[in-house]
Amino acid sequence: MNQPLLVTASQKAGPRLSLAIGAVVVLLLLALPLLSLLPADHALQVSAYTLTLVGKILCYAIVALALDLVWGYAGLLSLGHGLFFALGGYAMGMYLMRQAAGDGLPGFMTFLSWTELPWYWAGTQHFAWALCLVVLAPGLLALVFGFFAFRSRIKGVYFSIMTQALTFAGMLLFFRNETGFGGNNGFTSFRTILGFDIAAQGTRAVLFLLTVGLLLASLYLCWRLTQSKFGRLLTAVRDAENRLMFCGYDPRGYKLLVWVLSAVLCGLAGALYVPQVGIINPSEMSPTNSIEAAVWVALGGRGTLIGPLLGAGLVNGMKSWFTVAFPEFWLFFLGALFILVTLYLPKGVVGLLKKRSQP
Amino acid sequence: MRGVPPVHPEFMLEPVFDNLGAGRDAIGLGSRRTAGLDTRHGTVLSLEDISVSFDGFKALNALNLYIGVGELRCIIGPNGAGKTTMMDVITGKTRPDTGSAFFGDTLDLTRMSEYQIAQAGIGRKFQKPTVFEALTVFENLELALKTDKSVWASLAARLSGEQQQRIDEVLATLRLQSLAQRQAGLLSHGQKQFLEIGMLLVQEPQLLLLDEPVAGMTDAETEFTAELFKGLAGKHSLMVVEHDMGFVGSIADHVTVLHQGSVLAEGSLEQVQADERVVEVYLGR
Repeated sequence: MNQPLLVTASQKAGPRLSLAIGAVVVLLLLALPLLSLLPADHALQVSAYTLTLVGKILCYAIVALALDLVWGYAGLLSLGHGLFFALGGYAMGMYLMRQAAGDGLPGFMTFLSWTELPWYWAGTQHFAWALCLVVLAPGLLALVFGFFAFRSRIKGVYFSIMTQALTFAGMLLFFRNETGFGGNNGFTSFRTILGFDIAAQGTRAVLFLLTVGLLLASLYLCWRLTQSKFGRLLTAVRDAENRLMFCGYDPRGYKLLVWVLSAVLCGLAGALYVPQVGIINPSEMSPTNSIEAAVWVALGGRGTLIGPLLGAGLVNGMKSWFTVAFPEFWLFFLGALFILVTLYLPKGVVGLLKKRSQP
Repeated sequence: MRGVPPVHPEFMLEPVFDNLGAGRDAIGLGSRRTAGLDTRHGTVLSLEDISVSFDGFKALNALNLYIGVGELRCIIGPNGAGKTTMMDVITGKTRPDTGSAFFGDTLDLTRMSEYQIAQAGIGRKFQKPTVFEALTVFENLELALKTDKSVWASLAARLSGEQQQRIDEVLATLRLQSLAQRQAGLLSHGQKQFLEIGMLLVQEPQLLLLDEPVAGMTDAETEFTAELFKGLAGKHSLMVVEHDMGFVGSIADHVTVLHQGSVLAEGSLEQVQADERVVEVYLGR
């Protein structure tokens, strides 16, 4: 007799409860950098390690959100989002290397006894141009790749394989010293950003806050998009692209826009990742990284906006614990996790939570 | 609805082309729904000498077919006669090897892509009902609605009161009002068929291609569909591919029999059924 009452009560409480949890999480994230500014002997002080770790996970969460936009909504599984992330990171890294080198050439170039900068390094000493590159490099690559892929109607597993090949090709290219991006060492030993010491507590706190800001902004943007007619068209592309064409829509434009947007979000996340973590190298483009991003989304729940954030947080949280406690078992665990999620949680953690709240 | 075109002074100087379709009123076909399509000669679709072959198999073989404005045409034929391939050619999914396909008098379908053809006013219902399963019935109709279908328009799109009303109207016509907020994937087979027909209607096409529209419907639903199609004919042109002879008999005034990729016979259902060649094709030789 009481059950209907309970159900309606929990349904009413549902959105409020999740909103409340969301608000608490955001407040915690905003408090974290402030707590890191406390003196080192204070009980509530947050260490630079923790702050960097959480900041890194937040960058990954943005990647997961961007991937979910193309995979969960538009049905385009990309196994190459690590490339866009790394390109954004490299663009920011170029600026940081120029800052560290001052008027001279970046260290690795002197090491290769180069005497002048390659042409594509022009202007990277300016922060504004670096920011443009952060958007342009992944955006243009995604635009060109997407234009040809969608024009040739490449879909499903073929699309995934091509994105995978793209990121692999990118990795091989960046591994070469001649490419001019530091070869397999990549960029590291950054010193300053906009004149501020990159390792200072204050700089770290600001970078962290920027990451939280970008995450919230992307979340809001994705939410607005998915609530609009554009979002409904994306699901239509995913479920019945043919039907959509015979309704008079050209699916290419829709796919291209969401694809480029997703790549740009990844690039921005990469640009915030590099100064916090302090290194970028071609292994960020390795296919396994991009596949891992797909695991975050699948674990959290495709086609929802909160799911990928949860997934990225859970997997990376577990990863940092596991790689300290049982380093040799992490990859086995990750593999098992993916299998279990595919078999038992097709809708991810979010699907599980939804099922709980609606028995 | 379009009235009689105003008589211009130029009337005396230039020949009068009935390009507003008013002449169709005079011959009892009803006026055209939208301006723009040139159907001066009374045909909405002309397929001439169309051939399509797949790996040497001739799916269509010098096919000639004309659909008049406001006509309800049934296409029948044994399996493999080329019915679906013909629809693929009309909607741009398959390019013919030879021949010409015109929509109205001027639009060359062989040079247009699927979405351009759909925008020009040809709607297609698939054999297997295809709707956007994750969306609600209402949202399905919203996406199909005739409007600006560019990417930028979709970002800021809001339904106007008129469009809302149009969707409600179609929901009422198809008796789907109570299901408007139901997810389309949860509908029964027959309901999906109706939803897909509804999606065609809000698209306001001039020519509707319907591939086995009553497959999987109950008798009552089939009867209702027959009434619906008869009501649509006149305002729209319809081409219906169907195997159910009872249904064909209840709607068609004109039947075309396809066989091995070309037209075997044309006429009323009685005439066609009396044709010896048709009997032979259907019963085997």
